[in-house]
Amino acid sequence: MPLPSPFFERTSALCKSMSYKEWSGYYAVKAYETVYVPEYFAFRHSAGLLDVTPLFKYAVTGKDAASFLARVMVRNIHKLKVGRVSYLCWCDDEGKVIDDGTVMHISEEEFFVTSADPSYLWLKRFTRGYDVEVVDVTDTICGLALQGPMSREILRKCTDYDMDQLKFFGITEAKIGNFDVRISRTGYTGDLGYEIWTENKNALKLWDIIMDAGKDYDILPAGLDALDITRIEAGLILKGADYYNASHVLIEDRKVSPYELGLGWTVNLDREPFNGQAALMKEKEEGSTWGTVGLDISWPELETVYAKYGLPPEVLGEAWRTSIPVYANDDHYKQIGYATSGTWSPTLKKNIAIAILKTPHNEIGSQLQFEITVEHTRHLVSAEVCKTQFFNPERKRSNPGLEEK
Amino acid sequence: MTKYDAIIVGGGHNGLVCAAYLAKAGKSVLVLEKRHVLGGAAVSEELYPGFTFSVASYVVSLFRPHIIRELELAKHGYEVIPMDCTFTPSLNGDPGLARWADASLTRREVSRFSRKDAEVYGEFAIAMTAISKFTKDVIDYPAPDITSYHPRELKNLMRLGEAVKKLGPEMMHLNTKLLTMSAVDFLSMWFESERLLAPMSVSGIIGTFQGVRSPGTAYVLLHHYMGELDGAYRSWGFSKGGTGGISMACARAAESFGAEIRTEAGVESIKMKNGRAIGVVLENGDEIEAKIVVSNADPNRTMLGMVGERNLPEDYVIGLKRFKYRGSSGKVNLALDGLPDFACRPGFGGHLKGDITIAPSINYLEKAYDDAKYGNFSEHPFIDCVIPTLTDPSLAPPGKHIMSCFVQYAPYHLKEGADTWPGRREEFGDTVVNTLAEYMPNLKDLILYRQVLTPWDLEKTFGLTEGNIFQGELSLEQLLFQRPVAGWSSYQTPIKDLWLCGSGTHPGGGIIGSGGELSARTILRSRAI
Repeated sequence: MPLPSPFFERTSALCKSMSYKEWSGYYAVKAYETVYVPEYFAFRHSAGLLDVTPLFKYAVTGKDAASFLARVMVRNIHKLKVGRVSYLCWCDDEGKVIDDGTVMHISEEEFFVTSADPSYLWLKRFTRGYDVEVVDVTDTICGLALQGPMSREILRKCTDYDMDQLKFFGITEAKIGNFDVRISRTGYTGDLGYEIWTENKNALKLWDIIMDAGKDYDILPAGLDALDITRIEAGLILKGADYYNASHVLIEDRKVSPYELGLGWTVNLDREPFNGQAALMKEKEEGSTWGTVGLDISWPELETVYAKYGLPPEVLGEAWRTSIPVYANDDHYKQIGYATSGTWSPTLKKNIAIAILKTPHNEIGSQLQFEITVEHTRHLVSAEVCKTQFFNPERKRSNPGLEEK
Repeated sequence: MTKYDAIIVGGGHNGLVCAAYLAKAGKSVLVLEKRHVLGGAAVSEELYPGFTFSVASYVVSLFRPHIIRELELAKHGYEVIPMDCTFTPSLNGDPGLARWADASLTRREVSRFSRKDAEVYGEFAIAMTAISKFTKDVIDYPAPDITSYHPRELKNLMRLGEAVKKLGPEMMHLNTKLLTMSAVDFLSMWFESERLLAPMSVSGIIGTFQGVRSPGTAYVLLHHYMGELDGAYRSWGFSKGGTGGISMACARAAESFGAEIRTEAGVESIKMKNGRAIGVVLENGDEIEAKIVVSNADPNRTMLGMVGERNLPEDYVIGLKRFKYRGSSGKVNLALDGLPDFACRPGFGGHLKGDITIAPSINYLEKAYDDAKYGNFSEHPFIDCVIPTLTDPSLAPPGKHIMSCFVQYAPYHLKEGADTWPGRREEFGDTVVNTLAEYMPNLKDLILYRQVLTPWDLEKTFGLTEGNIFQGELSLEQLLFQRPVAGWSSYQTPIKDLWLCGSGTHPGGGIIGSGGELSARTILRSRAI
């Protein structure tokens, strides 16, 4: 049975839908109401509060902590300043992605790492020869994601820390109530947002303070269904939905490289040895077989297909993550890749998907054919290849307070 | 007198599967079972009023899915319910280790003993699944004859070679290690905690006279890992109505195809004419003729017992006598008035519903083997218990339970001789119950009935030579083209028209059905009938 997170007492009282799913061994709310729509709009218009405790969390400390992380991760952690966060992935020796996550530089010799899969074993494998300690704090540190345009204003009311100082992908120590927290300006919604980390014992107090402060800003507790839509809009990939952990698959074809996943920008090649370096250099030179892109699925064509059956176009109630084949525009029998997850974007008013396509079909602007099923019948509609980041509002990076000062 | 196409000697599950395949091919088949019940060692019996026991074999995983499909066994009552948990109780003051189908839960349980082991578990599972893909190519075909240039054998060998190639370099290397290493050494390549290593390594010793540190036991481990239930590798389950349920499904399938089955019809000897088998002589003196005879009895009992040494070539007899049986396990079946309670994890819970393994440490297991090496049963044995009534309530009256305990080591050859077993049977039973009672303090008060099966009993009741549950050890030198005798691995024997189909043939023991299926296919292809 999954475990309750330290916030469960609050989240379960509010979860009227009784709709949970298992997330890394914890109960996680799918949607608090039977309809997730208000939660989604809270993320985009006010603020949504999401329990992210099930993320795997590690404290990496010691004189060589930076060198060690630089060895494991595709990014050069030596360049990550104190108070900054890096989104990245890590690879096996063949340059295939094991997992993606964040590394937060807390103090000179202290880092905080989050991941989607249990990563203690993977990290420990490379600690040899480094003066570093890796502690699994997954079950002792809890986290809340406060995401949405009002999130900064809400946090202003919770802490004395000057929220204007915290830039996009920054992290700081702060006090909320009378206890210590870490606030990182990170999240999985592609919006202005923060993640607040603290010891489990402070969980309920933290929840109450934020919910109380958020009352005037229309805060809503939000579940994973709403999150899934926002993360696809933001073009953020998800392990288990868009790709597999390379150490957990039976066949080579299921492994992907950072370049193929659209995470090439996180790779720093020219530096001291790191996991997968040689393979990644080779791939960078020779080019990748696959590429991860966004798909903008033609709405007019969708309407036409539905109209044939006398139906208005139907929008699926939630994001989907079933693999859907996509075909070449000039040859409807030639499969050129597959979409891994997608959704109707209520903000962009578009039908969007994340897809993994063979080169060169993954060039931005390319047209292809996407499979849809209407009235139990398969049809093809056009889709255009675009950047995965469908939604990228200015407020995500904005620092209004700083600019004024 | 009707002359059958084939007589099957022994109504074990392999004999019944063989009968079903032959009957399905339109042959007239007669199955002769010595006992009053069908199933051989896969048998359910009401030993105590209201309590139906899986007397000998007690769980299933290896039974080949294509046999279920081809013989329509589901239609004939084949039902297997997967087990959810493997529980290893502890006397160290911790709640023991329960491993569940729920991966996150298992990770939490294991991380109490080792965080690394908790996470390496998934990688190990992937490796075993990858290797199991290869074993499918091994167990679902007759063993190739590596000495033959016959196109069929070459093709068979090629297929095996291709299967090895398909594994890829990493798995090929791992496979070599698997075939040669000990269970403990093999598992130690991934795991560090004894609390995990001990219960995992026992799969490597089941039915063999080896210890968990003996080289070669890693393969036996795989033999227990290559099963699948509904496409899920490595899962084990309970057969509805006990393991006899599987045999009965096979019997009904065979009958549906026209096979005839007789119980209490023990075969005394194979009737021969000019060096060929032409039928059987029953214990009551009746003679029945057939074009071929297929024996589900083990090679020793069939060839040395029913045919007789004098009718066999010398080198075959030598080969047979070198084939190791030396049973190493016993069975204790308990009827319980209620549920046992574990001191380390009190109360009712899912941990009672699956495998309960008494394997506290590697040294414990190795010491248990030490006792056996010198001709004693283990003072502190490895025990694998299940309480099938928590999954299949039809086996006992409401609120009452059955506990089935597989016990190792119980060497057939006691220091004072195998025939001293009857005199020590209850002492052996006490040892088992006392060991279990350390973990389950209320156990003794619950026992309504106890059946103790020593290897000597397994031999006398089920006809398993020296009480070996696999009709011969599953060690590398007794597998594939060397099972049971080098050069005689394709179900044939030196006696024309006499065939073998039991666990003593490739690919070996367990409720797997392959011996029955592959022998039938080989017979039909050879046009012997």
